[in-house]
Amino acid sequence: MDIPKLFILNETIRNLYFHVCMWFGMMILFGTSFVYSIKYLRGFNLCNDIFAHNYAAVGSFFGILGYATGTIWANYTWVTDQSQSLGSILKEPKLIGAAIALLIYGAYFVLRGSFTDMDKKARVSAVYNIFAFAMLFPSIWIIPRLVGSLHPGAPGSESGNPALNFKDIDSRLRIVFYPAVIGWTLLGVWITTLKIRLQLIKDKTLINE
Amino acid sequence: MNKIVLRLVLCVFSFVLSAVCFAQDTKPEMADVMRSNGKIYVVVAVCLTILIGLFIYVFLLDRKISRLEKGKD
Repeated sequence: MDIPKLFILNETIRNLYFHVCMWFGMMILFGTSFVYSIKYLRGFNLCNDIFAHNYAAVGSFFGILGYATGTIWANYTWVTDQSQSLGSILKEPKLIGAAIALLIYGAYFVLRGSFTDMDKKARVSAVYNIFAFAMLFPSIWIIPRLVGSLHPGAPGSESGNPALNFKDIDSRLRIVFYPAVIGWTLLGVWITTLKIRLQLIKDKTLINE
Repeated sequence: MNKIVLRLVLCVFSFVLSAVCFAQDTKPEMADVMRSNGKIYVVVAVCLTILIGLFIYVFLLDRKISRLEKGKD
């Protein structure tokens, strides 16, 4: 596929199909987890808790992959022979925000693990999951866009909202990008359903009681 | 015969070497595989990270399922 020719980024713009898709997939999986947490709190059906837990688990995994790929990409595009050094990159609000968001989800799993009572665990972690999803928005979407950042989307990079802005992303990239988002998300959903089925078989005796 | 081949090989090798040296003289190279060929190897690294990550994750899931199967028998 043909891609736009860019300075500094060069061929690495192709990472759009991998790195950005990981975060899109993560957002969709966390969103699904959020919906199941609300569903659990409405009816206290333990199945919904298993769904919420596993969607959050695979979502966090996608987040970690997005973070890892982001570090590789940043290492070869942000650290250039201009003034940027590793020190200035470690201060990136986008990196810190994403790390906070992932740590909040990490705390969700710690919280789940610390309960012995099934119903209490499900109820408290459902409430916490709603809070964690709400915290995603300031930490990875809003704050990095208020302060200066090397990441696209920040003021100063003049790109507005990357990926979703129809004037910004090249149409040649969009042909591959949107199907890639759908594909990676479906892969995540498939892995999640495998985990859910496994958990449902394990907890069969508990759920049918 | 062997000598001629050897000479040819040496000749070609010296040409390549001089070309490499010449390239180094003209522009400052970052001396880094990842920055060569329009940084395409960065994309390769990102791809491999995701693939290896997914494989490890699915492998661990597979092991969990096998353990459950063994427990049933």
